[in-house]
Amino acid sequence: MLSVKDLKVYFQVDGGFSRAVDGVSFEIQDGETVCLVGESGCGKSVSALTIMGILPQPPGKIIGGTIFFKGQDLLLMKEEEMQKVRGNHIAMVFQEPMTSLNPVFTIGDQIEEAIRIHERIDEAEMRKRSIQALKDVGMPSPEQRINDYPHQLSGGQRQRVMIAMALACNPDLVIADEPTTALDVTVQAQILNLFKDLQQKRRMSLLYITHDLGVVAKIADQIYVMYAGIILEKGAARDIFYNPCHPYTRALLASLPSRSKRGSKLYSIPGSVPDPAHTPKGCPFHPRCSFALESCTSQFPGMSDWGNGHFSRCPVIYDKEAGKGGN
Amino acid sequence: MLSFIGRSVIQKIVTLFFVSIVSFLIIHMAPGKPSQVDPLNPKFTPEMVERFRKEFHLDKPLYTQYFYFYHDLFTGKTVSWKDNQPVLAKIFERFLNSLPLFIVGTILTWTLSFPVGIRSALHRGGLYDRSATFFSYLFISIPGFFFAYILIIFVVNSFHVPVIGMETFGLESLSWQRMFMDRIWHLLIPSILGATGGIAVLSRYVRSQMLEVEGQDYVRTAKAKGLTAEQVHYKHALRNALLPFVTMFGLILPGLIGGSVIIESIFSWPGMGRMAYEAILARDYPIILTVNFISAVLVLGGTFVSDLLYMVVDPRIRL
Repeated sequence: MLSVKDLKVYFQVDGGFSRAVDGVSFEIQDGETVCLVGESGCGKSVSALTIMGILPQPPGKIIGGTIFFKGQDLLLMKEEEMQKVRGNHIAMVFQEPMTSLNPVFTIGDQIEEAIRIHERIDEAEMRKRSIQALKDVGMPSPEQRINDYPHQLSGGQRQRVMIAMALACNPDLVIADEPTTALDVTVQAQILNLFKDLQQKRRMSLLYITHDLGVVAKIADQIYVMYAGIILEKGAARDIFYNPCHPYTRALLASLPSRSKRGSKLYSIPGSVPDPAHTPKGCPFHPRCSFALESCTSQFPGMSDWGNGHFSRCPVIYDKEAGKGGN
Repeated sequence: MLSFIGRSVIQKIVTLFFVSIVSFLIIHMAPGKPSQVDPLNPKFTPEMVERFRKEFHLDKPLYTQYFYFYHDLFTGKTVSWKDNQPVLAKIFERFLNSLPLFIVGTILTWTLSFPVGIRSALHRGGLYDRSATFFSYLFISIPGFFFAYILIIFVVNSFHVPVIGMETFGLESLSWQRMFMDRIWHLLIPSILGATGGIAVLSRYVRSQMLEVEGQDYVRTAKAKGLTAEQVHYKHALRNALLPFVTMFGLILPGLIGGSVIIESIFSWPGMGRMAYEAILARDYPIILTVNFISAVLVLGGTFVSDLLYMVVDPRIRL
C-alpha cells in the first residue's frame, strides 16, 4: 500500500545541512501495523511529515526518494491532489493532544470539518457521523461532549478526539506519531488498546512511530529500527524481539527496564545520538557500539539478510551464549 | 457573568475615584497658577487676582476645591476660567471636530494593518516581508511633524489643493458638493498622517501574532486534515491570532477624546488635542480636569468592553 524508497530529507542549518532522513526505505502492506522505532531526533517524525506532505519547507528539503501510495508517487503530486489524499486516505495523529486541537472551535466542529472537506453530506448526517466517530473511540456521552471545547477535555480525551478526527473519513493508512508519549501510563494503555482495536475492526494500515519498545511489542507486525536518519534493522516483530541482529537494537532492548533485572543498574547505551549535521563516517552507530570492527569506522556495511525478511545493516554475527560478536 | 459585570463596575468606579483625586492633585501641584498666567498684563492688578481667586474658590483649601469642581462637573455647571463658557459644551464642539479625524484614521489603521501584517507573516523573509519591515520601521522612527511637512509640501505642490484647517475659508457660496469635497481634502492628509504610524506599529504586531500562531500544533493538525492553505491560514490560524487584538480594540476608545496635539496643531485643526494643549498653557483647570476625567472614564470603559469581548471570542475565558 505504502512504499517509501530511499527517502532523503535534509534540513538547512547554519553553514550547511543536517541529514534528518538519509535514505530510508520501508513498506506497509494492507491492514498491517508497522512500527518505526528510534530515539528522539532520529528522523521518525520527519519521515511521517514528509509522507503527509506537511513538512515545513524551508528549513526542510526533500533531496530524493519516492513515496508510492496505491501506485502514485506522493512526492510528485500537486498540492491540490495531495489535499485530497491528506485526511481522506492518509490521516495522522500527533504527539501532543494538549495543543493539537484548535482551542477556539468545538470538537464537533473540528471533526465535522475533517468530513466536510472530503465528502458531500448534509449537516444532520454529518453530526450523526461525528457522534459515531466519538463513540467509536470510546468517548463517554458523545452527544454532549461534541459541543465541548478542547480545554474542557482531559489529555486522554483530547487524544481520543484526535483519533476520531483522523478516522472520520475512513482512511486506508493512519500515521500515529508517538500518540501516547504525552499521556499518563494508564491512559497510554487505553489509547494503545483503542488503536489495536480500531485497526483490527477496520482493516486499516497503521504506521506507528514511537521510541517505546514496550508499546511496539504490543501492536507491531513489522518493525523498522531507525538511527540517525537510517534504517539499521527491519523484520517481523517476533524476529526483532527474539533475535535482534543489530547491536543498536540489542542495546535498545537491553535498556528496557524489566522485572528480571530488578535491583541491578539499568543499562544505558554509552555516548549520545550523533548530531545529524555531523554524522560519523562509516556506520553511524560505531562510536557507541561495543562490537565495532576496524572497518566500521570507514565503511557503512550494507543490509545483511537473516532470512524471513529480517535484515540488518551489520555483518557481525552475535553469539547469544557467549555474549560477544564474531565474523 | 452578571457577578463579573457587577464586580467590574464597582471596581472601576473605585478606580475612577482615585484617578480623580490624583489628577486633581497633580494639576494643582504643577508649576504656574491660573491667576498669574500673564503677570505682565497691566490689567492684572493684585485686586483683580484676588477677585479671580475668590470667584473660582482658589483661596479655599484643596479638598474644598476638589469638592466644588466635581460638584460642578456632575451638575454640568463647570465653566472655563478663560472665557466663562460651559466646559462640556466646549468639549463637545471640539469633539465633533476631532471625530472625523479619529474615525477615518482608525478605519485606515485597522483595515490596512491586517492585510499587510498577515501577508508579511505568510511570506516570511520574502521581498514583500522585508520591504514591509523596512517601511514600518521608517514610519515608526520618522518624527510626525517632519513627515507632516513633507506630505503638505508634496500635496500642495502636486495637486494644488489647500490642506490647512478644516475647510477653505470663503467657500460658503459654493454648492454643497464642492464644500463636501473641500472637507474631504482637508480631512485626508491629517488622517493619513495619523494612520501611518498606527499602521506601522499595528502591522508589526499582527505579523508577530500570526507567525506565532502559524507555528502552533493545531495549525499542523489543520493541514493534516487536508484543508487548503487558505482555510488553514484564514480560518484556523487567523481566528487565534486575532484574539489579542480584541483587547486592543477596546483601548482605542480613549483615542476618541485624546485627539492628536501635533497633527491638530500643524493643520490648525480645531480639535480636542489642541484645546487640551491650549488649556494646559492657560492653566485652565476646569477644561484640563474635565478632559482628564472623560479620558479616564473612556479608558476604564474600554477595558471593560475588552473583557466582555474577550469572553465572546475566546471560549477558554468564562467568567
